[in-house]
Amino acid sequence: MSRPSTWPWGLLLVGVLALPPARRALEASMTAHMLLQIPLLVLAGALLAPCIPSNLRRAFEALDAHGVPGMLAAAFASSYWMLPRALDAALSSPLAELAKFGSLPLLVGLPLALSWARMGPIGRGFVLANAISMLAVAGWLYRESPVRLCSWYLVDQQVLLGNALLALALLAGVGWTLRAFTGPLARKPPPQAACRMPRST
Amino acid sequence: MRLRGALCAFLVLCLGSAGLWAGTDGLRAFTSEQARRLAVQRTPRPVPHAVLQDQDGRSFSLDDYRGRKLLVDFVYTRCQSICGALGAGFQRLSQDLAPAPDAAMLVTISFDPQADTPAALMRYAQRYGADSRVWRIARPQDEATLAALLRTFEVVVVRNAYGEYQHNAALHLVDESGRLTRIFGYDELERAAEALER
Repeated sequence: MSRPSTWPWGLLLVGVLALPPARRALEASMTAHMLLQIPLLVLAGALLAPCIPSNLRRAFEALDAHGVPGMLAAAFASSYWMLPRALDAALSSPLAELAKFGSLPLLVGLPLALSWARMGPIGRGFVLANAISMLAVAGWLYRESPVRLCSWYLVDQQVLLGNALLALALLAGVGWTLRAFTGPLARKPPPQAACRMPRST
Repeated sequence: MRLRGALCAFLVLCLGSAGLWAGTDGLRAFTSEQARRLAVQRTPRPVPHAVLQDQDGRSFSLDDYRGRKLLVDFVYTRCQSICGALGAGFQRLSQDLAPAPDAAMLVTISFDPQADTPAALMRYAQRYGADSRVWRIARPQDEATLAALLRTFEVVVVRNAYGEYQHNAALHLVDESGRLTRIFGYDELERAAEALER
């Protein structure tokens, strides 16, 4: 089976995002920093997933029970980069910026791509519900904070980011709910019903 | 196989928690402002040699005050918002310090030395009735001094679209040996006063 070779795009994306003009543009506002640059770095990591050699992938899968360890790594690393302190550090310290460019593709994007496929519907539902609530809580905290959270950004930017995070959580919640009624799961007859079908004589 | 997977998940859980714990100083610092306060308290840092010019046009160095405690804040005198609270706080403290002027000193440093000429500093001093024996309002003599001060105190100044600045509003305690030892919020005046007396 041939895997799609998306990894050159992943590397290219990291390279483009690391260019000083791209960094300046995406880090100039808090919203672009968190809702454009960070997700693009995660996407770059996900695009790297198909280039993992099969023996390494097998070793990863042997440890990644039901996709849980990989998903946990992604959850911890992405939580860290949602902290105002982490955004400030990325702007003031080249070492923190390097850590961001390394950890988001490798500790969030890559495990997300590898482990998501290995999770069952309950696991996926749990991850999605938590991700949506985390977005909403972070959005609310950024929006309503009585103090300036990031030293490197103006206070109106954190309100903007808070609103954007809340809107994203709402969209994701609505999208997920709609999918529950219209997606492939809704169209398939439940397995129990199939078991109870009367046998033809 | 199952045990190995569970152990792996547990290991990631431990490492992730330890990482978040370390990255937030034990869940105590989620913002860089909280982080710099903790860092200074844990490891006091020497204040750079800085020559400043005060509201009367006189030059002085922060080193001149070795042996006395200093409380330092950073402002720009056109500031209409948070610097007002800082100014009013220093006004109250200076009234407490006035009977014993050798005990401690308040220093307000402008991070906008181009606009804050001695005349502008004098207007700020007059607005708050600053007694120059206990409260000097000053500007750095050159850009290098300003940069060194902002770096050591970890004060970040961001300019908005209207030419105003947003900046860390805090009270910085420098001890008798010239080390930055504590940072208080502008609303922690009482604690800053206690630390000055101690």
